[in-house]
Amino acid sequence: MAHRKVGFGLRGIGHAVVNGVGRLGYASRFFLMILIGSGASFRRIHLTIREIYFTGVMSLIIILVSGLFVGMVLGLQGYETLQKYGSESALGSLVALSLVRELGPVLAALLFASRAGSAITAEIGLMKATEQIAAMEMMAVDPISRVVAPRFWAGVTSMPLLAAMFSAVGVFGGYLVGVVFIGVDVGSFWSQMEAAVDFRQDIVNGVIKSVVFGIAVTAIALFEGYDAPPTAEGVSHATTRTVVTSALVVLGLDFILTVFMFRGV
Amino acid sequence: MPAENLVEISDLNFSYGKHPILKGINMNIPRGKLVAIMGLSGCGKTTTLRLIGGSIRPTTGSVKVAGKEVGGLDTEDLYTMRRKMGMLFQFGALFTDLSVYENVAFQMREHTDLPETVIRDLVMMKLHAVGLLGAHGLMPSELSGGMARRVALARAIALDPMLMMYDEPFAGLDPISLAVIGNLIRRLNDALGATSILVTHDIQESLKIVDYVYFMADGVVVAEGTADEIKASRLPFVHQFVWGESDGPVSFHYPSAPYREDLLLELAHGA
Ligand SMILES: Nc1ncnc2c1ncn2[C@@H]1O[C@H](COP(=O)(O)OP(=O)(O)OP(=O)(O)O)[C@@H](O)[C@H]1O
Ligand SMILES: [Mg+2]
Repeated sequence: MAHRKVGFGLRGIGHAVVNGVGRLGYASRFFLMILIGSGASFRRIHLTIREIYFTGVMSLIIILVSGLFVGMVLGLQGYETLQKYGSESALGSLVALSLVRELGPVLAALLFASRAGSAITAEIGLMKATEQIAAMEMMAVDPISRVVAPRFWAGVTSMPLLAAMFSAVGVFGGYLVGVVFIGVDVGSFWSQMEAAVDFRQDIVNGVIKSVVFGIAVTAIALFEGYDAPPTAEGVSHATTRTVVTSALVVLGLDFILTVFMFRGV
Repeated sequence: MPAENLVEISDLNFSYGKHPILKGINMNIPRGKLVAIMGLSGCGKTTTLRLIGGSIRPTTGSVKVAGKEVGGLDTEDLYTMRRKMGMLFQFGALFTDLSVYENVAFQMREHTDLPETVIRDLVMMKLHAVGLLGAHGLMPSELSGGMARRVALARAIALDPMLMMYDEPFAGLDPISLAVIGNLIRRLNDALGATSILVTHDIQESLKIVDYVYFMADGVVVAEGTADEIKASRLPFVHQFVWGESDGPVSFHYPSAPYREDLLLELAHGA
């Protein structure tokens, strides 16, 4: 009896792996098609700008508010810990480094996935369900280059900007709590920060991270939408998968990138 | 050239998975004619149009448009061919993120370099033809079902295609719009020297305008003829369809286990 169950279990795992690999292959081909079909996104830049408005500007409020709160919490917690060692003057550098290296890119990407990524998946999925994609193909217009590619480049462009704004607002939040409320010395707050944050090591690496996350989240959102079964249920599942997959991929990529960037492997 | 067929379908078979939908269809659509395809819901009319448009490929058999085998074209040739085709989708398929005006202008922007003033004139002309000039600023979500279908019609004819395919253009139209759209389809066909395929259930309206009719049932062509031949037909199937009788050789039901058995099954399983 037991070996039967194991057999079923193994078969289940094998099935999932084969499916997963097949889907990954399909997704890679989709990604390649986006790159090939990208000409129009640059030649007709207004298509991309329109999507930057929808993906980027719409996510702005949630990014700014979250950034402010995360920065304020960092200020509070950082102060608590630092003052034990009498080094509360390092609060500025702690807040800035945490945000620029880690929290800015990662949290902005997670928020971006749940705000813009899910919207992209739902929109593309519905366009498919209502035959808009098929209609476009019948009009001899390639939906990959007309619909998908501009959204991709819009996401890739918005993500680093959003992450930068998240960090900037976060630093302000840390300043508010640390300097204005708690009373850390304003001069040392900024000067320590300026001394600790390295342009190449911290800022550029942070930007690289957010570009990679932008590519990952937008590509996942577009693929899930394009691949969704053309029904209400299919689109709703795809939307959920976008958020879950993006979160896992962003966190996984963040670990890998951090290992390479800050451990000097 | 004039006597030649623009679309030639021979021995066409198509299945979705294991489910056969079309079983050996033969049809010819002559150049310049307006041909109707009629049949019960689910008999494979939309599938036939999609095969002609090349969005699905035949399982076996051939579909030729202007002498070219559609299933054998690569993407580039297929897109070249589709530029000369217009398709009205059964459910409109308007682009929901674009206004009515931009929907109609879509192909002009994608495929031509016409200046904005010319595009504007063309769009207004097409919208005027379907009686929706005043609706150009609305979004698709602000249209009724019948209006959306008329906008989709205006969009489909935007670039004066040589082959027009209409999937249920009359569904959801009031009697006045119905007559206007029917006449428009006929006039477009004749004025442009185009060829048109009209899929419809509205037999009375379509018999007024079409040149030829194919009747489909269960994935095969069961009757064909000119409008007059169809009207005079004594074939029980055609008679039943033309006069809308529920008794006759055509079954209204999707093939299934007999209803009685189903009920008995339910009884056996139920509480
Ligand atoms: N994507 C699909 N996958 C599987 N089966 C399908 C699919 N699309 C259509 N079918 C099946 O193919 C058959 C023919 O469908 P089709 O849409 O061509 O019918 P139709 O003649 O256009 O009907 P109607 O008049 O209701 O529009 C139907 O039985 C339907 O169940
Ligand atoms: Mg149909």
